[in-house]
Amino acid sequence: MPLTRTIPALLACAVILLSGTSQAGVREDQLAQYASAAKAADPGFAGFSAERGKTLHTQNFAGGKPDTPACTSCHGKDPRGTGRAPSGKTIEAMATSVTPTRYTDPAKVEKWFKRNCTEVLGRLCTPQEKGDWLKFMLGQ
Amino acid sequence: MNMPYRPIILGLLVLGLSALVLGRAQAGGSHYFAPVTNMVVKEECGSCHLPFAPSMLPASSWTRMMANLKDHFGDDATVDPKLAAEITAYLVTNAGDQGGQRYGAKLLRDVSAANAPLRITELPKWNREHRKVPDWEWKHKDVRTKANCAACHTQAELGYYNE
Repeated sequence: MPLTRTIPALLACAVILLSGTSQAGVREDQLAQYASAAKAADPGFAGFSAERGKTLHTQNFAGGKPDTPACTSCHGKDPRGTGRAPSGKTIEAMATSVTPTRYTDPAKVEKWFKRNCTEVLGRLCTPQEKGDWLKFMLGQ
Repeated sequence: MNMPYRPIILGLLVLGLSALVLGRAQAGGSHYFAPVTNMVVKEECGSCHLPFAPSMLPASSWTRMMANLKDHFGDDATVDPKLAAEITAYLVTNAGDQGGQRYGAKLLRDVSAANAPLRITELPKWNREHRKVPDWEWKHKDVRTKANCAACHTQAELGYYNE
């Protein structure tokens, strides 16, 4: 292949390869941000736990709205299954294995943490809780 | 000149009648409400419920609703202020007493814009249209709320409410 074709071809390959990793990069970045914030709040912070994330997702809370005591109230018991909003609208599966586009927009993730934690827990989630939960979901 | 008056008049009558009948037979007729086409509105307003057609309420209602997102029927639906402005502009432009008149005029007939009603399901015409739906159907697990249009109007996302 002549040089004038090789270089653009190589560049194209590079772009394709790099764009594939950038999605995972966005999630990693957000987790890293939560980790720094968690560490700042608690120097003893030793990393996120998917187990803690699972507990957070499935347990009942008393401080939020009565119809939604748990995340599972709307998202369903199985992260790989669809959920249902109180309005009747279907919510796509939270599991990245089922919905690979999830958690690639940090602003969207933050928006829903704010709304849903307030509704379910009755307060904002801490950076550690967010990181635990995200780690859990990324492994589903 | 000898004009064939009778055929011409009959022809015009037939055309006129057909236009009347076919006009009503158009897809949707008075039961079509142009669905939301703006991607931001669709995403933000359609994340918890069907993104309701802007032509189903007057502009004043949309303005009122967007100014009170903190208490959006009991939920905090606040969005980024820039997005909120874009959404408000779209809803107002396409409201039933603005650009969406050709869809919403009939539904909003006895509605006063000054009242700025927030619930489509409390509009007099809406109640009339749904008066025969029994209570148990609203409570059915696949319906659950009057705001769940798509439970019965399967093509609601496309704007059709003929069923």
